[in-house]
Amino acid sequence: MTVLALDAGEAVAAGAGAAEAVCEHCGLPAASGRRFCCSGCAAAFETIQSLGLGSFYERCIAERPPRPERSDHYDLTRFITARADGTKELILAIDGLRCGACVWLIESVLGREPSVQTGRVNMTSRRLKLVWHGPADEADRLAGRIEALGYRLVPFDPAALAAARDDTDRALIRALAVAGFAAINVMLMSIGVWAGDASGLLNDMGPATRELLQYVSALIALPAVAYAGQPFFRSAVAVLRHGRTNMDVPVSIGAVLVTGISLAQTLSHGRHTYFEAAVMLLFFLLIGRVLDHRARGHVRATAELLLTLRTSDVTVLAPDGTVARRSVRVLSPGDRVLVGMGERIGADGVVESGASSVDTSLVTGESLPVTVAAGAAVFAGTMNLGAPLTVRVTAAEDGTLLAECARLIEASEARRSRFVVLADRVARRYAPAVHLTAAATFVGWYVWGGATVAQALLTASAVLIITCPCALALAVPAVQVIATSRLFRSGILLKSGTALERLAAIDTVVFDKTGTLTEPSLALVGDGVDALALRDAASLAAHSRHPLARALIAACPNVPAADQAEEHPGLGVAADGMWLGSAAFVGVGSGGVGEGRERVLALPRHPRVEPGDLCQDGAGIDPRVEPGDDAGRVGGRVPPSAICADNEAPRPDFSDRPELWLSRLDAAPVRFTFAERPRFDAAETIARLRAMGLRVRLLSGDRAGSVARVAAAVGIDDWRAECSPVDKVALLRQMGGRVLMVGDGLNDGPCLAEAYVSASPATAADISQTLADAVFQGAGLGAIADLVATARRARGLMRGNIALSVVYNLLMVPLAVAGMVTPWLAAAAMSASSLLVIGNSFRARA
Amino acid sequence: MTVILWLIGASLLLGGCGLAVFLWSLRTGQYDDLDGAANRILFDQDPKR
Repeated sequence: MTVLALDAGEAVAAGAGAAEAVCEHCGLPAASGRRFCCSGCAAAFETIQSLGLGSFYERCIAERPPRPERSDHYDLTRFITARADGTKELILAIDGLRCGACVWLIESVLGREPSVQTGRVNMTSRRLKLVWHGPADEADRLAGRIEALGYRLVPFDPAALAAARDDTDRALIRALAVAGFAAINVMLMSIGVWAGDASGLLNDMGPATRELLQYVSALIALPAVAYAGQPFFRSAVAVLRHGRTNMDVPVSIGAVLVTGISLAQTLSHGRHTYFEAAVMLLFFLLIGRVLDHRARGHVRATAELLLTLRTSDVTVLAPDGTVARRSVRVLSPGDRVLVGMGERIGADGVVESGASSVDTSLVTGESLPVTVAAGAAVFAGTMNLGAPLTVRVTAAEDGTLLAECARLIEASEARRSRFVVLADRVARRYAPAVHLTAAATFVGWYVWGGATVAQALLTASAVLIITCPCALALAVPAVQVIATSRLFRSGILLKSGTALERLAAIDTVVFDKTGTLTEPSLALVGDGVDALALRDAASLAAHSRHPLARALIAACPNVPAADQAEEHPGLGVAADGMWLGSAAFVGVGSGGVGEGRERVLALPRHPRVEPGDLCQDGAGIDPRVEPGDDAGRVGGRVPPSAICADNEAPRPDFSDRPELWLSRLDAAPVRFTFAERPRFDAAETIARLRAMGLRVRLLSGDRAGSVARVAAAVGIDDWRAECSPVDKVALLRQMGGRVLMVGDGLNDGPCLAEAYVSASPATAADISQTLADAVFQGAGLGAIADLVATARRARGLMRGNIALSVVYNLLMVPLAVAGMVTPWLAAAAMSASSLLVIGNSFRARA
Repeated sequence: MTVILWLIGASLLLGGCGLAVFLWSLRTGQYDDLDGAANRILFDQDPKR
């Protein structure tokens, strides 16, 4: 995309010549005298203007769209479904949607494509549904149009989408609609009966009219209870079958009994019916159920979207030397995969050729890159920091780290006892008590009170209605919904329904180091770096997605991207007279600095890569570049003292650190080194957790030296280094108590499954995110302290709610047992207690 | 009092219509993208399709 855009961009930029310092497309800084920060933005601007959609820029109410970048190329044809009418359909996840203007822009651009039948963005789930006529490869062109505007698209697998489709939400809302309709209409009849009945206010309704209204009520209520009660009935039957009980059991019994007794009353010309109570009970409870399900569904969808946006295809090298992009899922053992600089290794395998350094922090927790050469084993999820590697895919064999982790996780998950939520613990005691009271009331009135069976039954049903666990069943879910959505807004995804209650009970927090206490990406070392060199380097780095380039930009943000720079994937970035990349790429050779400078001066504009190699197959990776010799030089052969931009004293592990070199025509080459850095609020968060009375510990797979350094920096005195996944699980068990495990790596997976409750950052390995009960986004660690604080507050509110409902029952049950509760009093008391509980729950928002 | 029969019938019919329309709107996916719907009201010209 970027390559194609070059000409248009230059034309626009040259034609305008205005001295704008801000890019007109993305709003980021641009070089003075330029309208755009990069050619991608210029092309996007041109596209938008030529389609007559210029008003997009006035519509933007949030941030501007992202800067168009060279994006991963996907084989979209695999994800296309053919529809019955001959059109084809594709569903893509969109990254970069800022506000409604982006939706408008994407739909308008697609709307101007003659082949497109439907192009519709779902802003809630961040998906684009594309339906078009014509060949399957039209998808690539259409997706390219959108990507050129700066949005990143990742295809969804239709099979996975169908499997994940959730119909429960709609079923619940349908039940809610039916219950609401019935509640309104039955209440309409009931108020008539209460007002006109002999025991009511006006006292002038004849029995015929009353019975008519009762029959109509029955006609509405019976099917409504049968339909809207199903979610509760099903759940109640399921738990009863397992010999347990939950809140749905008393709800179901209450609703069915009350409806049945009211029907019997209607048929036997009785005066009191409770149809409205039964329907209203279901209506209230369904509101809670729908909200709960929505909140959790939204969280789950967001977590899935985050994972989808991280997936990437791998470059498969066929035996005949051709390359193709494939999904990781279709790889089989024996396939050869090319992994460029800055790419994640997609599958476990053995390095066949090439030598490089690999960032294994997500797998082993080690912060320093590991040097790999032919024959070395590499794991899925690790990142290639150096030269391109050819990896032969192997199946996950027994004895590998991966197989061991998988086994540990399985064992821990099986062991994890089923947590009984607060509401169910209450229900276990509550349900028998309620049913015994109702039975005792019936027996008491019939045997000793001298009442007829019908009268005694009616009093007993009044007890059932008053004790119907409406408020009690809302007590926990209402708090949960409000607390979950509050956390969601601050970027914390609570995946498990019981996580909140478990979090409130923890006594220890165990952190992993790499990627959890420290930032997930490396940071530039040293403050003494020449500012001008850093600016130049950052302007080149803006053209690359390599993690080290990203770290440079983070160290020097708001620098306009260099003009006409090109990324040489796996090597570096080159622009007019400037090179940024590995030592070999910029020409700093093994022979020392002087020779390197000369080589830089003698180099052609595109060192080592023929121009024709660049646009090959869109894959952006040139299989013909022999990676061997430059990778060998990333490391210790350059005397660092001579030209080092790093002002720290050289350390033993100094040369292990990842590095980038900047070479300019008129200056000495500059070396940038990178290291891990604790998250900015790590120390503060740990102090907060301590203040909450929690023990804080650190378990890391990394070397003792770097663990000690980080532990000291963030203020943890209880740490263990060089732990294997087995050690970590063993230590966790040894600790006992209720542990919150926070980790991101594959090696933390067993611990995340073993711990009482677990959390991982959104940058964590896929498996860790799947296992964790909570996933937090953002650069800070403060989310952990917020999580615990919110959970504790929520637990307090849940207990308060339960206490409220118990007090209400204690007040009303004696009245019901005494036979003093009429239907209208029951309905009013039920609504009042439910509203009180819901109102109290809203305090969880604070 | 026969008027009450008509009134009950009419109120149930109207309520039933409301319920049917709601269920229809639910089935046609009109509640799937509430954020998008809130923003779409500001689009002054419809995309071509």
